[in-house]
Amino acid sequence: MPYIIIDEERCKGCGLCTVACPKKLVSLNDQPNALGYTVAVFNNQENCTGCCFCAEICPDVAITVFKEDLR
Amino acid sequence: MTQLFSRPSSLKDVQTHFCPGCHHGSIHSLVARAMDSFGIAGETIGCASVGCSVFLYNYFHIDVVESPHGRAPAVATGVKRARPDRIVFSYQGDGDLAAIGTSEIIHAANRGEMITVIFVNNTTYGMTGGQMAPTTMPGQKTTTSPNGRNVVNDGKPFRMAELLSNLDGVAYSARIAVNSPKNIIQAKKAIKTAFQYQVEKKGFAFIEALAACPTNWGMNPLVANERVGNEMIPYFPLGVFKNNDNL
Amino acid sequence: MNSLKKKFVKGNEAVAMAAIEAGLRCYFGYPITPQSDIPEYLSRELPKTGGTFIQAESEIASINMVLGASATGVRTMTSSSGPGISLKQEGISYMAGSELPCVIVDIMRSGPGLGGIDASQADYHQATKGGGHGGYRIIVLAPNSVQEMYDLTMLAFDLSDLYRIPAMVLADSVLGQMKESITPNPYIAIPLPSKGWAVRGTGGGKQNIVKSLYLGDGEMEAFHWKMHARYKELAEKESRWEEYETSDADLVIAAFGVTSRIARTAVEMARAEGIKVGLFRPITLFPFPEKGIASLSSRCKRWLTVELSTGQMVDDVRLSVARDAEVSFYGRPPGMGSLPTPEELFNQIKKQIL
Repeated sequence: MPYIIIDEERCKGCGLCTVACPKKLVSLNDQPNALGYTVAVFNNQENCTGCCFCAEICPDVAITVFKEDLR
Repeated sequence: MTQLFSRPSSLKDVQTHFCPGCHHGSIHSLVARAMDSFGIAGETIGCASVGCSVFLYNYFHIDVVESPHGRAPAVATGVKRARPDRIVFSYQGDGDLAAIGTSEIIHAANRGEMITVIFVNNTTYGMTGGQMAPTTMPGQKTTTSPNGRNVVNDGKPFRMAELLSNLDGVAYSARIAVNSPKNIIQAKKAIKTAFQYQVEKKGFAFIEALAACPTNWGMNPLVANERVGNEMIPYFPLGVFKNNDNL
Repeated sequence: MNSLKKKFVKGNEAVAMAAIEAGLRCYFGYPITPQSDIPEYLSRELPKTGGTFIQAESEIASINMVLGASATGVRTMTSSSGPGISLKQEGISYMAGSELPCVIVDIMRSGPGLGGIDASQADYHQATKGGGHGGYRIIVLAPNSVQEMYDLTMLAFDLSDLYRIPAMVLADSVLGQMKESITPNPYIAIPLPSKGWAVRGTGGGKQNIVKSLYLGDGEMEAFHWKMHARYKELAEKESRWEEYETSDADLVIAAFGVTSRIARTAVEMARAEGIKVGLFRPITLFPFPEKGIASLSSRCKRWLTVELSTGQMVDDVRLSVARDAEVSFYGRPPGMGSLPTPEELFNQIKKQIL
């Protein structure tokens, strides 16, 4: 099952990932990070397809995408 | 557990100085990925230009030489001629490449220098505060075109990728955008091809990357990203304008 | 390697021959009279040694190609004159700011503007005071013969590599265009620091950055003090000059380059009439031979500076002489017909002495 990890200290809250995700699984938090940016958060892991669009579009390379291998 | 997407290894693991939503970061990432795919970072020399792109050395694990404003293609020529076995690229903005450095880019291209040029077109001078660039759109307001670019007074924006593709010395010329996943896939392929031309010693390769500059456009990142698709791409069409060897 | 057989060549050719002998790998230039013999010679001869010759699209591009080649650690040079040297100032400033070595040959012609192609020394200030922005100096060597065009070009490469400061060979259209017999001495390598700073690809190791941008707190100031100390070291170790008939002189003429040749003849004319005149010829214009002048002027109090301008080096002579020495000036601004004759300078000597 794929999932993403967002580096909250790198995220600048631009929101490009929120529109890139075809399933709309990413949204902007209302809590700012250390630099004052309202960072992106990942919701609803069940529906993630691992398409990587969110990571590809992130200008700050703040998103890493993983896939748990099937046993 | 498999990593489906991770940071390119040629890219340093640091925070960039770029504003939120600035496409420089995305373009840096694609350049790094192209270097990774050929395993060439250790033999690559980057020619940084003047503007937001000057800090190349802070973001890439490569040797970098700083160039005066607009002169990166001449500096890259000197580097490549002195060390023909190295991979050399310049990374330049639109004021740098299409205004003050027009002569240098056209002649480096015409000589068919064995280099790769990454040209970031965001329709404005970013670092200096959003002045009118040679690529500023007709009617676009900037700090030196407060009533919008008047094409009668200032002429129309340059289409550099098409212009350079007309020179015999150019082996590859393409325009890309990083505003959507679909365009990023094309962009990744084009940037990789642009480096492949050099790796295979097949000639001068040019990439024009359309980019958003939310801060100087006075837009939030999402609106700025939309502008790339709605306003820029219709004037600056994406595509490959020259591909001598069909790489 | 050149044979030691004498050769009868132009000054410009001597520069090009010496550059190849000193290990020039990349030349980038642009045609302009009266220096075009240099690119012409190198376009023919440099590729035979495996070197690169490019005629660039402009002097701006050529100095920036020099910047790029130098950044990789090879010996590289460019040459030009007046208007072209003005265009190169941007790149020279960047190279000075990036501590990059290179050789720039300036075969001075008259100006300002398009001026003319006659011999001039009116670019002394531009060459020695930092012709571009930012407050820097470059090494400036002033030959006065075709032999010195050869020898000082080789020295320029060594000094530039040793101190990581661009070096200029400052001559003029007479020296560039005239032919003399020279001995093409072989280049003898001196111990030089390795160029560990050069950009050649990291090879997976340490990253090298060649840059002139300093934004951190105190960084820019520290750079300036570092270079200031290096300029002082240059002055102490590398100041060069020649004295002729100065030991008993009542009057010393200070002149460099082509003017020093005319002055030397005038000194000989004066000596023949029993007038005790000597010649002080700076060979390095930066560093300026202040100590040589200070020392000589502690004994000889009367100085006459002669230049092909309305007076530029005379400023440095005045700053260098002992406080009670008197410095007068005789100049002919550059242009067709303004080169002084030995008789003319001899008359100036008589005016000073009698």
